[in-house]
Amino acid sequence: MLKLSHVNKTFGETPVLKDLSTEFPEQQTTVVLGPSGSGKSTMLRSLNLLERPESGIYDCDDLQIDFAKPITSKTTLEVRQRTEMVFQSFNLFPHFSVLQNVIEGPVHVLHQSKDAATKEALTLLDSVGLLDKADAYPVELSGGQSQRVAIARSLAMHPQYILLDEPTSALDPELELEVLKVLLAIHDQNQSMIIVTHNMAFAQRVANKILFIENGDALYDGPTDGFFHSTNDRIKSFIDSMTFSI
Amino acid sequence: MVQQIFNEYLPNMIKAGLQYTIPIAVVSFILGLILALLVALARISQLGGAFKIVKGISSFYVWLFRSTPLLVQLFIVYFGLPYLKIAGIFPDGIKLDPVVAGIITFSLNTGAYCSETIRAAILSIPTGQWEAAFAIGMKRSLVLRRIILPQALRTAVPPLSNSFIGLVKDTSLAASITLVEMFQVSQQYAGENYQPLMMYSLVALLYAVICTILTWLQSYLEKVTSKHITAGEGGAN
Ligand SMILES: Nc1ncnc2c1ncn2[C@@H]1O[C@H](COP(=O)(O)OP(=O)(O)O)[C@@H](O)[C@H]1O
Ligand SMILES: [Mg+2]
Repeated sequence: MLKLSHVNKTFGETPVLKDLSTEFPEQQTTVVLGPSGSGKSTMLRSLNLLERPESGIYDCDDLQIDFAKPITSKTTLEVRQRTEMVFQSFNLFPHFSVLQNVIEGPVHVLHQSKDAATKEALTLLDSVGLLDKADAYPVELSGGQSQRVAIARSLAMHPQYILLDEPTSALDPELELEVLKVLLAIHDQNQSMIIVTHNMAFAQRVANKILFIENGDALYDGPTDGFFHSTNDRIKSFIDSMTFSI
Repeated sequence: MVQQIFNEYLPNMIKAGLQYTIPIAVVSFILGLILALLVALARISQLGGAFKIVKGISSFYVWLFRSTPLLVQLFIVYFGLPYLKIAGIFPDGIKLDPVVAGIITFSLNTGAYCSETIRAAILSIPTGQWEAAFAIGMKRSLVLRRIILPQALRTAVPPLSNSFIGLVKDTSLAASITLVEMFQVSQQYAGENYQPLMMYSLVALLYAVICTILTWLQSYLEKVTSKHITAGEGGAN
């Protein structure tokens, strides 16, 4: 279980996370919604310690971090092994082949043997439908293929949680669909996930829980159904603005 | 005259080139590159404490060698250091062989310029690459070694090649510290046969030939190292 309690983060003078408290249940998919600039990425990046809030408590399973105190590099590495990040812009390593991208972490961080890592990587690439691209380089891939490689790369680390920050925002609709299908399959295997997305249909389909953030604070934090049938004006108008209707 | 060009002048200039110009340029460049890499890494490092002194020295070194003329640096090392008398360590000053003085100066000089090239190349790699590597749990040193440097060095190949070509030509300055490299040989002939136009044109031709070959090598190297990496790729934004 990941849990944030009273987390505060400012960029310069601007408060971005304001006393945010929430939790992300295990083996479930939490979808994070909210307007642009509301602090969704900042929160997600804080869970991976790519961002450093000024105060608050972060429970990463049995590991407790007080953001107000220094974090040792050992703790940082430990948290990053438990949580994997998938970025909007994929961030594949361009000088590595697809296969090398996937085995980089297992071989150089988890110290698996190259053979074992390769065997598993090929299985993972198969599961995201890209076995035939194992020897291709990122520059040869479409956006959808790149993102599926990035997902395989994060799965190869066996993280407790996968954090996905608008994983399909850079993609055309049909490429988006192929990535969403992969995510759905991962969801069905009970992999714990936290997904920031603007795709409401997907959110409704996949979320066990919705976290709606506005102005750095949780405006809704609860079951999916409750969110989509909310009577809160702010939430209703957000859902309306995100849904195509004439 | 024509016969002498082919039997004497050119062969001896080429010999000096093979004996001094090229080896000095190559050795200095290799030493300079090693130094440049260390200095660049020191300057981008986030280590604090006592390491700040190392960063300070690195910045000072780069500033010093980029803001003074190479010829003056050569004179200080070859003609100046013999007067640096330190009791106990160098009671008689530091007297260097011209080849050694040349290599030291050229290495330090090219190291200063190349460190800026390498530093800029490292900084040009999108932060997304760092973050993706951090996210899979890599330490900073591992990220540098496996992810950032391999990409940065590819970016740095064209400017580093230019530095090397520049260095080959700059070795002619060593003629002024009595080093008998290519240009010095041409000077000696010009002094004997009173044909400065002919002698200096000959040596210019030789430099041009060497640099043209290096330019070909450069485009080959660029082609090989830029494989798989096209402009804009790398997960920017
Ligand atoms: N590195 C940064 N430096 C300064 N301001 C930032 C930085 N990252 C994000 N912000 C600001 O923080 C706010 C929240 O950003 P973000 O978490 O990216 O929102 P979201 O992902 O919900 O769109 C925005 O106003 C943004 O401009
Ligand atoms: Mg965002």
